Amino acid sequence: MAQFEDMLTIRQSELDALRRHGEETYPYECCGVMLGRTEGEERVVEAVLRAGNTRVDSPHNRYHIDPRELVRIQRESRERGLDIVGFYHSHPDHPARWSQTDLAEAHWIGCSYVITGVEQGRAAVTNSFLLEGTGEEDKRFVDEPIRVLAAEAAY
Amino acid sequence: MRILIPTPLRPYAAKQDAVEVPAKTVGEALSGLTSQYSDLRRHLYTDDGKLRAFVNVYLNDEDIRYLQKENTPVRDGDTLSIVPSIAGGGCRCLGGCCCCPR
Repeated sequence: MAQFEDMLTIRQSELDALRRHGEETYPYECCGVMLGRTEGEERVVEAVLRAGNTRVDSPHNRYHIDPRELVRIQRESRERGLDIVGFYHSHPDHPARWSQTDLAEAHWIGCSYVITGVEQGRAAVTNSFLLEGTGEEDKRFVDEPIRVLAAEAAY
Repeated sequence: MRILIPTPLRPYAAKQDAVEVPAKTVGEALSGLTSQYSDLRRHLYTDDGKLRAFVNVYLNDEDIRYLQKENTPVRDGDTLSIVPSIAGGGCRCLGGCCCCPR
């Protein structure tokens, strides 16, 4: 079970950026990576990086980040003293809830998966889900609150 | 050589983001890593000893699947990155279908 303190903390400016990304790629899904720090059960986002969606065959309801791009992001985050703490994507004209596809293809246990529902081109609800478990056999998404800080807030 | 450990696997590698191992091939490097941190094995390999399909292994900027896989030779200054895949997506219903929890 998720503990009470499980939480995603993000500045308003970064939250706006990932929501705007979903509006820009509508009616296709957007995707990206969140860099930051993990403090106990809290993931604190320091930066949001856009990534390309390689699923050109079905971009309206599938996303996939090129592993080569992830390798570069992982290397750069380490050089900046940050970690990959989560990912985001959008659900065009679909609720901001995880799907079975999202769960089946989620493998970063301990990271946050943020989903924004984009309705008719406008970002609607944004939710965050923590991927919990000890492996592929028992992994599960649990709702986690998003704590939004003022755009200029220093951590 | 250096192996970069992704966030979800660090709890099984003494919380390190990178591990140095002596190796002449990618296979030796991964074997050295899992010998040192045996809990990593089940996260990287299936029960029959194959790398899990969602586990991407890159030697510097190249996917080892397009090199010589685990037989790919490595040098001291090389970096091996382990990167689980990132994918997913919604469906086209408005909730309540077989694949949407709510």
